[in-house]
Amino acid sequence: MAVIPQIALQVFRESVRDKVLYNLVLFAVMLIAASYLIGQLTAGQDVKIIKDLGLGATQVFGLFIAVFIGIGLVSKEVERRSIYSLLAKPVRRYELVLGKYAGLVLTLAVNIAVMAVALYAVLGYMAWVETEEFRQSWEAPATDPAMLLAIFLIFAQLMLVTAIALFFSTFLGPILSAMLTFGLIVVGHFNADLRNFENVVDSRAAAYLAKVLYYVLPNLAPFDVKAEVVHAQPVSLGYVALTTGYAVTYIGALLLAAMFIFARRDFK
Amino acid sequence: MPRYAIRLQELTKDFPVGFWRPRPVRALDGVSLEVEPGEVLGFLGPNGAGKTTTLKLLMQLIYPTSGRAEILGRPAGDVEARRRLGYLPEQPYFYDNLTAEELLVYFGRLFGLSAHDARSRAATLLDRVGLGAARRWQLRKYSKGMLQRVGIAQALVNDPEVLFLDEPMSGLDPVGRRDTRELIRALKHEGRTVFFSSHILSDAEALCSRVAILVKGRLVATGRLADLAFEILGWELIVTGTDDGILTVLGLDAVTTVADGRFVINLPVDRPPDQLLPELGRHGLRVVSLTPRHESLEEFFMRLVEHPQETAS
Repeated sequence: MAVIPQIALQVFRESVRDKVLYNLVLFAVMLIAASYLIGQLTAGQDVKIIKDLGLGATQVFGLFIAVFIGIGLVSKEVERRSIYSLLAKPVRRYELVLGKYAGLVLTLAVNIAVMAVALYAVLGYMAWVETEEFRQSWEAPATDPAMLLAIFLIFAQLMLVTAIALFFSTFLGPILSAMLTFGLIVVGHFNADLRNFENVVDSRAAAYLAKVLYYVLPNLAPFDVKAEVVHAQPVSLGYVALTTGYAVTYIGALLLAAMFIFARRDFK
Repeated sequence: MPRYAIRLQELTKDFPVGFWRPRPVRALDGVSLEVEPGEVLGFLGPNGAGKTTTLKLLMQLIYPTSGRAEILGRPAGDVEARRRLGYLPEQPYFYDNLTAEELLVYFGRLFGLSAHDARSRAATLLDRVGLGAARRWQLRKYSKGMLQRVGIAQALVNDPEVLFLDEPMSGLDPVGRRDTRELIRALKHEGRTVFFSSHILSDAEALCSRVAILVKGRLVATGRLADLAFEILGWELIVTGTDDGILTVLGLDAVTTVADGRFVINLPVDRPPDQLLPELGRHGLRVVSLTPRHESLEEFFMRLVEHPQETAS
């Protein structure tokens, strides 16, 4: 187990030097900054626009980072054969999977933190330049700490997506892994529709299948509390804890499956 | 101390081939082999013979269909065995964004070295493989030959007792080949066991105490190279300092002219160079190089199949 932190640090070191990552983070930060200008165009709505755009950018770019770098972790390592020399070291295969995952979570945490700081900086500037009277008209303060809950849930969602990407990349090539992961992200955001499928179709079999899929496929919609936070509606800590628990359970199952598959794989 | 550094017992590996109806194709067929501690074994065979498959089984990058592989008395893949071995994969590739030094430090840390020890080990090894000056370059800037040298350095990071080198000479220029040969010789002197694969006979001639020859997944011969009776087909002699008139006087026909008054002479097997060399000297010719032309491993194998009694095993 002592090798896991080493592998995680190596993943972090490797990904912070990746141009793709720089571009994504830079673009996200620019978008958050630009939301200030967009906010200027909409009188009275500006803070909401900035929060909405900022949190949206954090989520979308976080997803790109999770998928592209997450996939690269294992499948690129297999494809380019760098895994040969790594697995000849005293590293058990499950330690490799866990180390890679931990490293990516670390990378994501740092990136999310950068984007969150950028968002709070823009909002802080906004609050600083506006008059007290104008600030009173806002539903929630500009630098509302409740946004941290939304950011935390985005992070939990990204951890789950990373586990999905890692799972696929333990037995598929990078392109197929990326496609399937993106597919599950899309499905995951519309998952709730599957639950109510029986109201739409008559076929019992189809409704049953939809129900099974609802429980098996990842449900990502609960991680999205942007609207609540932007409109100053309360998000209970119980809700955050429950959603996080769901993420942790799902991640645990995915990592176990990934370790199981990876341990039996032939690296031809 | 186990009796054998490396031991293969009836090692067999099938790969499924075909997309719709995969069928097993035997890549390695019942290979049994023992390597004693301190031995340098050349694992020879033509391309596609199963050399890399054997090495991957020893590293447990793939799992055997049947049979066993042991390293230092422990089953292949055992973490304790891996602490004491080094492995250079064929055409090694590492992480583009890391420098050679960072790579070696990373691998050293995986063996439990402290950060300080790993750094000093990395510096020593990179100097040893001639990359001291390039150690802060990102690996993306490395040539194929330099990556091969990094590959050798990373295989030595844990000061291993047993080394597995898959085609250590491939992709190297003549200087690199010479350096690698020197390195393998030095490793042998340090008492390490070296198991290296190659499809080039001359590599084995220069280095090995013993060879094992693999053809189409089967071990066809093991023993000292001298005992294996490779047939010499002739010699290639390169000389300089004359015009081709004198060569005609000496009765040498198969001559190719290279630039700068150099000639390549293909000596047939019935004209051994021992007699010819003094004559060349008398005519003011200088020998640039003399290389025996052996039958290839494939030819050796074909002869082995057709006339098994001619070769030792």
